[in-house]
Parts: sequence; structure tokens; C-alpha cells
Amino acid sequence: MEKDILRGGQFLVKEIECEDIFTPEDFNEDQLMMKEAVTEFIDREVWAKKAQFEKKDYALTESCMRQAGDLGFLSIAVPEEYGGMGMGFVDTVLVCDYISGATGSFSTAFGAHTGIGTMPITLYGNEEQKKKYVPKLASGEWFGSYCLTEPSAGSDANSGKTKAVLSEDGKTYKITGQKMWISNAGFCNLMIVFARIEDDKNITGFIVEYNPDAPNGITMGEEEHKLGIRASSTRQVFFNDTVVPVENMLSTRGNGFKIAMNALNVGRIKLAAACLDAQRRVISESVNYANERIQFKTPISSFGAIRQKIAEMATNCWVGEAATYRASKNIEDRIELRKNNGKDSHQEAELKGVEEYAIECSILKVAVSEFIQKCSDEGIQIYGGMGFSEETPIESAWRDARIARIYEGTNEINRMLSIGMLIKKAMKGHVDVLTPAMAVKDELVGIPSFEVPDYSELFSEEKNIIKNLKKLFLMVAGAALQKYGEKIEQQQQLMLAASDILIQIYLAESAILRAEKMAKKDGEDSAKEQIAMAKLNLFHAIDVIETAGKHSIISFSTGDEQRMMLMGLKRYIKYVNMPNIIELRHIIAEKVIKENKYCF
Amino acid sequence: MKILVCISHVPDTTSKINFTEGDTKFDTNGVQFVINPNDEFGLTRAMWFKEKQGANVTVINVGGADTEPTLRKALAIGADAAIRVNTVPADGFSVAKQLATVIKDGAYDLVIAGRESIDYNGGMVPGMIAGLVGANFVNNCIGLEVEGTNAKVIREIDGGKETVSTNLPLVIGGQKGLVEETDLRIPNMRGIMMARKKPLTVVEPSSISGETSSMSFEKPAPKGAVTLVSADNLDELVSLLHNEAKVI
Ligand SMILES: Cc1cc2nc3c(=O)[nH]c(=O)nc-3n(C[C@H](O)[C@H](O)[C@H](O)COP(=O)(O)OP(=O)(O)OC[C@H]3O[C@@H](n4cnc5c(N)ncnc54)[C@H](O)[C@@H]3O)c2cc1C
Repeated sequence: MEKDILRGGQFLVKEIECEDIFTPEDFNEDQLMMKEAVTEFIDREVWAKKAQFEKKDYALTESCMRQAGDLGFLSIAVPEEYGGMGMGFVDTVLVCDYISGATGSFSTAFGAHTGIGTMPITLYGNEEQKKKYVPKLASGEWFGSYCLTEPSAGSDANSGKTKAVLSEDGKTYKITGQKMWISNAGFCNLMIVFARIEDDKNITGFIVEYNPDAPNGITMGEEEHKLGIRASSTRQVFFNDTVVPVENMLSTRGNGFKIAMNALNVGRIKLAAACLDAQRRVISESVNYANERIQFKTPISSFGAIRQKIAEMATNCWVGEAATYRASKNIEDRIELRKNNGKDSHQEAELKGVEEYAIECSILKVAVSEFIQKCSDEGIQIYGGMGFSEETPIESAWRDARIARIYEGTNEINRMLSIGMLIKKAMKGHVDVLTPAMAVKDELVGIPSFEVPDYSELFSEEKNIIKNLKKLFLMVAGAALQKYGEKIEQQQQLMLAASDILIQIYLAESAILRAEKMAKKDGEDSAKEQIAMAKLNLFHAIDVIETAGKHSIISFSTGDEQRMMLMGLKRYIKYVNMPNIIELRHIIAEKVIKENKYCF
Repeated sequence: MKILVCISHVPDTTSKINFTEGDTKFDTNGVQFVINPNDEFGLTRAMWFKEKQGANVTVINVGGADTEPTLRKALAIGADAAIRVNTVPADGFSVAKQLATVIKDGAYDLVIAGRESIDYNGGMVPGMIAGLVGANFVNNCIGLEVEGTNAKVIREIDGGKETVSTNLPLVIGGQKGLVEETDLRIPNMRGIMMARKKPLTVVEPSSISGETSSMSFEKPAPKGAVTLVSADNLDELVSLLHNEAKVI
């Protein structure tokens, strides 16, 4: 019988077994071969030319994209009918992961093209549109870009002023307006453009071809000079009476905002993946440097201060992998399920499959983009003064990392979205938050048990803590929702704090399940570093959650209610057999230092 | 033309090398395996024959099931079929004999092996198979062309090269030069998808035992630390060169 697949957001109210999650250890032979092929390409063609990317060699980015097209890397997610490989969602995420580590310039070009530049057509295009455009995009003959942002419409993406006016004969639209921060603008042949028709509430999407020799009213701004991703083309794009046939409207009038948001859902999980290999590379470079750099007659990698950094960097990366691949497989399974139920077309299944996990996609985008930031920052610190030099790969990694917190929806927007979407799901009854929240309330007024359960089995206490942290979230969110109702969205600081709790829970649980799965398969001794990473991460998660929980509770409750919740908080974060995290860090760092690279 | 490319499954050059069982066995723990570089040059040249002259390319490895990913990679790069002789190689001679059995059965026109594999660097397999199957043999090949049953082979000799004309069936020991590093192929996605559908035949070994066995391995002594001597301290330099380095 088919196993019930966890729905989006349900991780919060369900207990999940390690056998139920997919981990990078579960890659099959084909996936390993894909990973190897992509890595070989990146090492040879991109990493080796890193310095050229930093010199703003836009042509190099374009030529690497073309090579990626020749190798089929641009067509992974594209259905076979339209010249693609029609591979699964995990494959898509895997390629996106390993193709993105060497430089943010290439990774942005790749992401903008394969994600927001192509997906709107594969997901929302009609048959003619897909037949006409998708094969060209899949092969890399054409490149795509995505024109949503405007000078006055950034996070508020639906507020754009770009207009689309229908011609008198009803055959064409004329688009006029200004777009900015458009990735791949400098070498694209096709743009997904969002514009407003008359005074519609919502914008509409269009497929606009671009040929520099016949510009059709389109002019490009100069390349932006940016902090990072320096060889990624980013320009303003001006439309002046650009004529677009009515057949090129994407989906229906007024559906543009929905397209924009759904394209971003996919983009978000892919962006998380795109921040993984960059971490692996930064860790490997940093540990290699630390092993070679001698101070006080000792390799600096033997200093506790450096080992601490190495352990924390590796842990974050490994936890990010656990969560990203777990969600990827959920999405893949959901797509398959929808396809097989006969009701959905491939397109529909894909769309709904990803939408289902929009909460997880936001969580991942925020968490992993912050991991790469921290990782590259500590990488610089390990390099010391050399880390500040353009000659090291760490310096550019740090600058490149910064954009990930801004695009595909800023991390603030994504944090608030994660909670906002969860509330919506709860209201719709898709995730039953109410029953468990009531149960928590009852539990809180009851007398807590002072018996310490038998925690001898691996992770038995940690899994219990995860269960409690979920209760803690339900306690805080439930009470806040009761207090503010739908107006909770205006309580942004509270929403941010709640999302921090949510993020930590998802990541900590994913990490523990990944380590448990490994330990069950290979034995606890073989998985000792993984066990250490899962525990170290949970320990930090509890700290973050305690702070965020306290801030929240104090902000909206008083008197007895507040006292009770603070006591609940204390109860739910209790860790009886607290691990010695200094020792955990040594276990993790020891391995990375010995292998001289990220090795998990 | 039927081509057989011998593929050795070797540790990546960046692997950390360790030994177990009292220094008699190579420790494969955590080691990444790849196609032997000399064989990869040969495979890439074979792909050229396939694409330009319609050759049929089979790859072969003598090894356990753990070597199959390496064969799959060769299939993903474009080989038509793969054969794995299901035995863990004992030594160069036993490998050559296993290969010779398959080569005789398969009537291959051209056998491309690497000059040597980068793990044990025995360098004897190609010559031995040529001897065992009675084919012509050219070693250290840096260029290969075939027309009809004639082959023009360029081989590296000390300080120069020699062009040799010979006939098929032929065994070559190939190396860099057959193609250049930039010609080496990364398997493309379609290739990876197709690889699964191509035949990978496992054949049981003929009963051949190794004639040699490894008694022990030794790693080279680690490089010593660098001693810096200040430029105006010639006495110390002389003393170090005399007493420690023992070169003067
Ligand atoms: C290098 C680069 C490439 C890009 N590529 C593309 C592309 O290809 N296509 C495209 O369409 N766009 C692209 N963008 C645009 C990008 O998506 C936007 O920059 C991003 O969405 C943020 O919008 P903004 O810059 O207008 O910032 P603003 O929306 O002005 O935000 C400024 C600050 O205010 C916060 N903020 C905004 N609204 C709220 C709110 N309601 N509540 C709380 N806080 C809020 C934000 O989190 C942020 O901290 C790119 C940007 C860059 C820098």
C-alpha cells in the first residue's frame, strides 16, 4: 500500500521516522554519476576560472551557460516532450546544488535561466508556447530572464507600474515600463515580463522575445556594479511600446502574480540547494588553509578556536543538506502521486506538488542562505588577513553569498511568508494545528511528570525534545493567534520570532533523522560525526528557540498566562543529558581536518 | 571495427593512500575511484572512432561489483556495451589472462589499454594480452589512426616520437597524446540516462590464479620540514648541509 506522504507544513504536528525521509546517503547510482559529472564540469570550466569571473567577464558566464546546455544540465527539469530530460525533482535539486558552488555569478545565471526564466512557461504555458520556446531554453540555444522587479515594486511585487495595452485589432499588446535588477538581461533571448492590463488588481505574465538586432522597443541599462556575483549580468530593462502578440500571454489575464509567486516557490528551494556546494567548497578551502598555515609553530587547525569554526561550518552545511533533500523528495513524491492519480496533468502535478511545500521552501531559502553567509564569513576568519585578499576564493564567496538573502524574496519576506502560509493552511484545515494546540494547553495546566524516561537509545531524548519544541511552537503561535486573530500579520517581530522557531524545528528534526538513518544503516560508530552534528545543531536550535519563544511570549501575554507559558517554555526546552558541545565540535572538526575537506 | 577499451578502476589522484592488514592491502576506505587516466585517453579516442568511422566500442574491467559505477561512466560517455569479469584482480598477469579470454571470444579488431594504471603502475597488461592473443602491439601510444586493416600509430620514444605502421588486430598501450586533456568528456545528462539501458554483461572468470602476491607496501618517507637559515649565517648553512643533509 502506498505510504501516506507527509503534506506541506505537517511536519509540525506529526512524528516522522527516519525511514520516511530521503537523505543524500540515498542517492542512487545515476544520481551519483550526475553529481560527479556536474562537479567535473564545474571544477574544470568554472572553478578553474574563478578569477576571471571576479573581473566581470560576462562573456565567460554566457559561454559556461552554453556548455552547460550542451551537457544537458539546463534541461533536467524540462519534460521530455519539450526536449528535456524529464528528471525527478531530487535530480533537479541535486544538479542545482553541485553546479552552484564555484561562483555566485554562474549560479545566478543558471538559476535565473532554468528556474524563473524557464519554469513559468513549463508550468503555465499552453501547448503552443511550450512547443515553441521550451526546447530552445532547455538546450541553451536561448537564454531566459525574468522581469518582475521595478524601481517602485520590489518586495511588493504586485504593485508594478509596467502597462500592457491591447491593440485596437485585438492581436497584440504593447508593453511599456521599466524593470530593474534583471538577471541574465545582457544575454537573454526571452523574457518573462509582468505587466498590468488596464487597472487590473493583479499583474499579467507575458513571454517576450528579445533580439538585440530588432529590439522592438526594448533597451537595456548598463551592467550594474555589484558587491558580489560580479560576472552575472544584471541590468535594467526598459520597454517602450514593445509589441507582443496576444498568444504570448502566459496563463490568463490577472494570473501573473500567482505565476510569479509559484515560480518563486520552486526558486526558493533551488536557491537553498545552490547555497550548499558553496559551503562545501568554502569549508574544504578553509580547512586546507588551516592545515597548512603555521602559527606559533603549529598548524592553526589544531587550535580550539579554529576547530570550533570548522565544526560549526560543517554542521550547518550538513544540516542544510539534510533539510533540503528531505523536502525535495517530499515534493518529488507529491508530484508523482498527483500524476498517478490521473486527475492532474504533468504540469498541474508539478505546480501543486511544489506549492504544497511552499512553507518548507521558504524555510529552506532563509536557513541555507544564512548558512552560506556565516560559513564564508568564518572562512575569511580562518584565513585571517589572507581572507581579506581578492586572491583567495573565500573573499568572493563571502561577497557572492550576500545576495542569497535578498533575491527570491528577502529573508524577512520569506520568514513572514512561512508563518503566514502555515496559518492559512491551518485555517483551511490542511494542517490541523488546532487540536494539538489544545492538547498542549491541557498539558500545560496539568502537573508535569518528574520521571525521567529511559533515554538510553540513540536520539531517544533528542526526538522527545523535537516533539516538545513542536509543542512549544504550537503554544506560542496558538496563543498569539488567539490574541491577534488575522491581524497577527501586522505583528512582524512576532512573526519573525515564530518563523525562527519553525525553521529551527524543521532543520533540527531533519538532521536528527538523517543521522539516525545513517546510524541504523552503518552503525553508531561509523556515524559518530553525523550524530555529533545532529546533537550540536539541536543544542543551538534550542538556544535560538528559547530566545525567540521568550521574546514572543513576553510581547503578547501578561500575568498568569505569561507565567504559565514561560514555564511551558522551560519545560519544552529541557535537555536532561545535555551533550558536551565542546567535545562534539572536536569530534566533527577532527574528521574534517584529517580528511582535509568537507567529507560528509 | 570492433574496439575493446580496457578500463582500470583506480583511486583518484588526490586520494589519501593508506594500507591495512600489516601493510599488505590498499585501504579503500573513503577513496574515490575513477577511470584510470591513461584508459580515459584511450576511451576518448575510441569515441572518435565510433563517431567518425562507425566503430563499435565495448569497455571491459576485471573486478568486483564495486567497479560497476566506473563502467557505467564509460557507458555514459558513449561506449556501446560493457563487460565485467567478475573477479578481484590478483596481479597483472591474471588480469591479462582474463582479458585475453574475452578478447579471443569477442574477435576484437583493436584493443586499447592504458600504458599503465596509476594505482600499481605495473605497466604489463597490454603487452601481455597482445602476447596471449597473438595480436600486434605498440606501447606508449600518443597517436592512432586506422584505415581498413592498417593502423598508423605514433609512439613516444625518449626525447621524440616514432610513427609505426602495423595491421589489425592490434593492442595498444595508450597515454596522453592519444587525445588531450581538454578533449576528455564529461558524461552529459542524456548519456547518463542512456547508460542504464546499455548492456553491462557480467562474465564469470576463467580459473586463473595470480602468479605473484604483494608481501608489503611502503609509503615514501614524508617530506621533512624546511629549515630557514638567515642569509648572513653561512656557517650554519655549511654545517647543516654537511651534518644533516650530508651533501657536502
Ligand atoms: C543581483 C540581483 C539580481 C536580481 N535578479 C532579479 C531578476 O532576475 N528578476 C527580478 O524580477 N528581480 C530580480 N532582483 C530583484 C530582487 O528580487 C529584489 O531586489 C528583492 O525582491 C527585494 O526588493 P527591493 O530590492 O525592492 O527591496 P525592498 O522591497 O525595498 O526591501 C527593502 C527592505 O525592506 C524589507 N521589506 C520590504 N517589504 C517589507 C514588508 N512588507 N515587511 C517587512 N519588511 C519588508 C525587505 O526585507 C528589505 O530588507 C534581483 C536583485 C538583485 C540585487
